[in-house]
Amino acid sequence: MTAVLQILFDALAVGSIYALGALGIALIFGVMRLVNFAHGDYIAFCVFAMLVPSTDVVAIVLIGKLPAILLIPIILLIGAVISVLSEMLVFRHLRNANPATMMICSFALGFVIQHVLLMFYSSRPKAINLWSNLSLPVEIFGARIPLLQLLTIIITFVILVALMWFLKRTRYGLEMRAAAEDFTMARMLGVRANRVIMTAFAVSGLLAASIGLILATQTGVADIRMGMPIMLVAFVATVIGGLGSLPGAVICGLLIGAASVLLQVFLPLDARPFRDAFLYSAVILCLLWRPDGIFAPRSAKQRV
Amino acid sequence: MSLLSVRDISVHYGQLAALRGVSISMDEGETLFVTGPNGAGKSTLLKAIAGAVRPSSGSISLADKVISGQPPEQTARLGFSMVPEGRHVFGSLTIEENLRLGTGIRADKDRIEGDLETVYEVFPMLAERKDGQAGVLSGGQQQMLVIGRALMAGPKLIAIDEPSLGLAPKVIDQVYDTLLKLRDSRGLTLLIVEQSSTRAMLTGGRMVLLRGGKIVLEGDARELANDESLRRAYFGFGEH
Ligand SMILES: Nc1ncnc2c1ncn2[C@@H]1O[C@H](COP(=O)(O)OP(=O)(O)OP(=O)(O)O)[C@@H](O)[C@H]1O
Ligand SMILES: [Mg+2]
Repeated sequence: MTAVLQILFDALAVGSIYALGALGIALIFGVMRLVNFAHGDYIAFCVFAMLVPSTDVVAIVLIGKLPAILLIPIILLIGAVISVLSEMLVFRHLRNANPATMMICSFALGFVIQHVLLMFYSSRPKAINLWSNLSLPVEIFGARIPLLQLLTIIITFVILVALMWFLKRTRYGLEMRAAAEDFTMARMLGVRANRVIMTAFAVSGLLAASIGLILATQTGVADIRMGMPIMLVAFVATVIGGLGSLPGAVICGLLIGAASVLLQVFLPLDARPFRDAFLYSAVILCLLWRPDGIFAPRSAKQRV
Repeated sequence: MSLLSVRDISVHYGQLAALRGVSISMDEGETLFVTGPNGAGKSTLLKAIAGAVRPSSGSISLADKVISGQPPEQTARLGFSMVPEGRHVFGSLTIEENLRLGTGIRADKDRIEGDLETVYEVFPMLAERKDGQAGVLSGGQQQMLVIGRALMAGPKLIAIDEPSLGLAPKVIDQVYDTLLKLRDSRGLTLLIVEQSSTRAMLTGGRMVLLRGGKIVLEGDARELANDESLRRAYFGFGEH
């Protein structure tokens, strides 16, 4: 029983991070048909923003020393700002470009961000000590769950509920949903393209910053490439979920996270190093079964 | 000064010229029918006014402001509301969300609820299902929804691309009744694309006939509809 609980929390916590990542990517794809590969680099950027620029191995925290109540909003703001800036400086000028061009540019932007970090912080991963008491375990029904794991799950849940409220109950949310479905029609009804897209980027940046905070606390490491693996898995999740479907992105993010934890536990010892081969085989099967994704958005079919 | 003035616009899709030097002008409270055969450029004309396609030459102004080259959301703010070809219902939004989407730009916020009631009165079927997803509506119901949605934006000028498409004759009558009522009570200006001239004849107003991207005939709808020259122009008889 306790073992099952432990696995369940592991699965949920890993899945949560992927779900947040997938959501950030799906939001942008929804309004712009852009797969933003720089998303992973926003995550790293937010983490490094806490540190004093230096090439030493041990990081000197700068704003990372602030109390949580200040640090968290500042990091979230930094995430939103870098995301909105990349929209204004790069993606806005590519709105009518084809999706491949936009995607390549997002790769390029990602490399630029990475190399800016490289210049100021060197390529070596740095130890970073953020709220270390969060790794202490708490007991739930006999299972010892790290507090941070619990927090990750709760935070993800809160973010999902808040985002749902935002999308369903606010004017911005309504406009965003409409724009994601039919951008030109939404504009003909007065929806401002720039405002909707900037809002999507801001929210996406907030999500990246949340992931950065969770990862930095969890691993105790700041690494320039730390966002990449998350971004890749999150991208896969958005594709299986049906590009553009927000619930699809969240559910598939959770599923992939859960699957990777379960495979890690239940695969025979010899097969464990090949866990990802199993995982991605499942992804391929999934896409063969549903090429448009499991939750592909059903757009209004024209009927006469 | 006219409300809408389209001056000598041409629109190209790649090499193809969909409009070739079209000019129209509309006064406030006026009704203008645009008719013409398939591929004449009727829908393209509306899209150009809305800002969804960009004219390659010529200019368009609405309420004394140049709107050609402006984004669609700007044109909407000047009081232009459109029911485009193909309806473009937001299928994942509820019916009421569809109806309220365009109200964000209205200055007369106090009129929104009253207008919503009017739309629900004209199309009671929409009221019944207002919290349901719009994507599951039938074609005719979607047509009602997009006409209602365009009215909810509180426009000065409403442009409707083939309002009769997919609607039962009784409902078409209701739609036209509503439009004409709004025209008479609020000075709503009507720009209506119809393939046939039957409605134009019943309703009255002005009519232009488009063919091959050009206006080939223009005049009073009732007079033209009874005229042999309309049929000839429509089908292109007597031209070489
Ligand atoms: N997006 C587009 N890309 C390329 N060509 C187009 C496009 N839209 C329309 N056309 C072409 O432009 C011409 C005018 O089309 P338009 O839709 O304006 O005609 P229409 O009068 O509305 O016709 P219908 O009565 O069939 O609706 C046609 O030859 C059409 O094939
Ligand atoms: Mg048409």
